[in-house]
Amino acid sequence: MITIRDVSKFYGTFQALRGCSMEVARGEVVVVCGPSGSGKSTLIKCVNGLEPFQGGEIVVNGVSVGARRTNLPSLRAHVGMVFQHFELFPHMTVRQNLTVPQIKVLRRSPEEAWEKGRALLERVGLASQADKHPGRLSGGQQQRVAIARALAMDPICMLFDEPTSALDPEMINEVLDVMVGLARDGMTMVVVTHEMGFARKVAHRVVFMDEGQVIEDAPTAQFFAAPRSDRARQFLSKILTH
Amino acid sequence: MVDLDWSSIPPAMPLLWRGARVTLEITGAALAGGMALGTLLAVFRVSPVRPLAWVSAAYVNAFRTIPLVMVLLWFFLIVPDVLVRTFSLARSSDVRFTTAIVAFVLFEAAYFAEIIRAGIQSVSQGQLSAALALGMRRGQAMWLVILPQAFRNMIPLLLTQGIILFQDTSLVFVIGLLDFFGVADNVGRRDGRQAELILFAGAAYFVVSFVASRLVKLLQDRLAT
Repeated sequence: MITIRDVSKFYGTFQALRGCSMEVARGEVVVVCGPSGSGKSTLIKCVNGLEPFQGGEIVVNGVSVGARRTNLPSLRAHVGMVFQHFELFPHMTVRQNLTVPQIKVLRRSPEEAWEKGRALLERVGLASQADKHPGRLSGGQQQRVAIARALAMDPICMLFDEPTSALDPEMINEVLDVMVGLARDGMTMVVVTHEMGFARKVAHRVVFMDEGQVIEDAPTAQFFAAPRSDRARQFLSKILTH
Repeated sequence: MVDLDWSSIPPAMPLLWRGARVTLEITGAALAGGMALGTLLAVFRVSPVRPLAWVSAAYVNAFRTIPLVMVLLWFFLIVPDVLVRTFSLARSSDVRFTTAIVAFVLFEAAYFAEIIRAGIQSVSQGQLSAALALGMRRGQAMWLVILPQAFRNMIPLLLTQGIILFQDTSLVFVIGLLDFFGVADNVGRRDGRQAELILFAGAAYFVVSFVASRLVKLLQDRLAT
């Protein structure tokens, strides 16, 4: 479904990604972790072309993301993304956030879009909030709406860029619960996160990154039981001991 | 102390009202046209397509470094000729009103463009990313997501610029167009009561501008909460 092959990215002379490779199969859940500044967010943003990259290749569902003649908007329309800071559109109601992209990008009718939107809003437990503006919702609620908004586009896979990092601790679980549900339903997911509990529960594989490189790519159980690299071991001991 | 005699004002009211309508029409047209063109220029200015950004920057800088009076005069010398030729109007048709509107729209657009550009830049980059990630094209993202927030953030500045524009319309006297100020001045000369009429006109500009700026302030406070 997603193939990342030897991808490099530079910001001027600073090299943010150094030959990263990984593979995500259909229905697979992959957690990407690593210290901050390791390039994991940058890598996930390359997958839907939000960040351009200079070397290597990324192929999503048979489409090469970096190729010149690739129609990025039509690719992105089917690759859902959830951001650290939610990025709901504050001037629109929850209902509009869910329906406007479907209407404008997928050319769905307003009725069809709302039918879809309402069902997803119910799924994330926020059916009663449809007519509020995002600013009236808690962080956890906003992130759940953001997930519903991405799902409304019928994505073939979902990218999560630190979806719980900006949340107060008591709201993290309501978002993770939605994500666990998605994973159990067989959604293909790439999740950049520090939530190791989530990784243990649903991830098929864990990818560990540091300094722009993929250091380790292992099945979940193996990664937690016996990380091969020193850096992964150090990282795990830092975030698991408290 | 000069003796002030206000008696020539009441009978001149219909004339003054006609002038006031010219003032308001120019203000309204320049506000609408200037904002529309200004928005386009601002979108060009932040566009990743370099030549568009350059054209917009050149336009904005050119108009912001020329006094409005000169723009008006140049347009008065050029535009009527163009208008008459393109629409094959009679030589005598009075195109001063249209000329004034064209000049104001083009001039004000440069100022509105800068305000709207600041508005666009006040919207976080993440909003654009989110819109693009949903499959919107850049233009759609601008129109549906960025500009509505940019305008909202800039309402007070846009209205303040509108008030300045309202005052600046009095400059049309240089092309002989009779707006509110021009009429007041004319009536004053006719009746030998120029001081009274200009004081009266000044008071009218003051009241309109002051009330409008208080309203902007109120709106600003409401938006801030």
